[in-house]
Amino acid sequence: MTYTTAIFYFFAAILVFAGLRVITARNPVHAALYLVLAFFTAAGLWMLLEAEFLAIALVLVYVGAVMVLFLFVVMMLDINLEKLREGFWDYLPLAGFVAVLLVIEMALILGSRHFGLAVMGAPTPHAAGYSNTKELGRVLYTEYVYAFELAAVILLVAIVAAIALTLRRRKDSKYLDPAEQVKVRRNDRLRIIKMQATQKPEAGEGGA
Amino acid sequence: MESAGMDWTAIQTVVWTLVKILALVVPLMLGVAYLTYAERKIIGWMQVRIGPNRVGFQGLLQPIADAVKLLMKEIIIPSGASRGLFILGPILAIAPALAAWAVIPFTDTLVLANIDAGLLYVMAITSMGVYGVIIAGWASNSKYAFLGAMRSAAQIVSYEIAMGFALVGVLMAAQSLNLSDIVRGQAGGAHHWYFIPLFPLFLVYLISGVAETNRAPFDVAEGESEIVAGFHVEYSGMAFAVFFLAEYANMILVAALTTLMFLGGWLSPVTFLPDGIVWWLLKTGFVLFLFLWFRATFPRYRYDQIMRLGWKVFIPITLVWIVVVGGMMQTPYGYLFH
Repeated sequence: MTYTTAIFYFFAAILVFAGLRVITARNPVHAALYLVLAFFTAAGLWMLLEAEFLAIALVLVYVGAVMVLFLFVVMMLDINLEKLREGFWDYLPLAGFVAVLLVIEMALILGSRHFGLAVMGAPTPHAAGYSNTKELGRVLYTEYVYAFELAAVILLVAIVAAIALTLRRRKDSKYLDPAEQVKVRRNDRLRIIKMQATQKPEAGEGGA
Repeated sequence: MESAGMDWTAIQTVVWTLVKILALVVPLMLGVAYLTYAERKIIGWMQVRIGPNRVGFQGLLQPIADAVKLLMKEIIIPSGASRGLFILGPILAIAPALAAWAVIPFTDTLVLANIDAGLLYVMAITSMGVYGVIIAGWASNSKYAFLGAMRSAAQIVSYEIAMGFALVGVLMAAQSLNLSDIVRGQAGGAHHWYFIPLFPLFLVYLISGVAETNRAPFDVAEGESEIVAGFHVEYSGMAFAVFFLAEYANMILVAALTTLMFLGGWLSPVTFLPDGIVWWLLKTGFVLFLFLWFRATFPRYRYDQIMRLGWKVFIPITLVWIVVVGGMMQTPYGYLFH
């Protein structure tokens, strides 16, 4: 067993374990954290495949941003586990059927007939000067530029739609206009007056 | 590589790398310790105080005394806390702060791992730092800690976008993701450094860096006047110290990255003086001084102001400047942006 293979099995074991814990952990926050571990380990595996850009992007986007927001929401939820598990046995047959179907579908596609070493073969290692990021960028902006632009536009539409659907102006919320705040000058808020340090108390008003 | 069992060369590489990591982390930790001393002294002078001056000559042994004190203290784990995650929090805070240093070049040749996509690696690793804060805040089972964690999560995710876009400008100018190549692209004196053509991005990166490290005036995650000490309110002893170390290691990291990407790294500002690590240290020290200066000068931002600055000011500025850089590169004046 070479060094690389040893690393692969190490990462693969962690990945499978983390994946299992995502669905078996009782606490949703723990499950989300195991998902973070799974993403990170998967990035390590991709790195072994010399797909450095994808590996780093996986960490950057999914671990660094998506899962942070995910945790943000999960931590705020007040989840009642008892209530969540209520209909478990009722749903089991249907869920089991779907699961078996998924496994069969995956086995049909991912079996060794299509993805075995004989068909796919191990990728040839690249020379030292090879830049995965540069190659990916070149292909993305030349050969696949239309597909890439199309995906970008679809994402943009989704962003705009998400904002448009959730945007509602509340009448009762207090709102400060930052421009007004910035425009405030000293003289609007503060008045400096000259007065004597001590004043004679006027008759009839009493002392301080 | 074809021999059975572990390769002897592989083991050698691992051991040698570990030695190099040690040679990097030990000075870094010393730097962190003396950065806290520098901070207390400099802010003291700015506020017409003396600062620490009791332990050792001029208080020079103060950080050592602090470290010993924190090591001796008991780590109290609150009874309602999620035990494992409570301990994992500080570890996840410091690990990315140290791991990112792997790709930071100090001179032309002195770098632990000269990887091709160094800039991307740094961005990915530093984006993991927020987990320490979030997990600590959640596992503490305290509302102050939780509020601090939520604030920190929202803030870091917001400023990461502006920071990422600022880096896009740098990689457009340098046409490389390798940090050493980015510095080499700025060769030829101070007027070739990227902070001139990318000045808006430089400012955005510097200020976002302050926000990313949860430093004043963006330190709402700690906000001692509102939420006691924020995410680390329940931590004591060394567990607290690790958060402290992580914050300062991150500060030095952001300063080092600013130096590498905008201020020419180890390059000398004038061509008749030789390049060297001295310049790197001087520039990083200057950026760190700015961090301390900010803290002594500015009052804490209000939370909605932080969000407005990140989303409505910084992100539009960076987007516009990326278009400007890209457009200018197509004109005869493109050389100004390289």
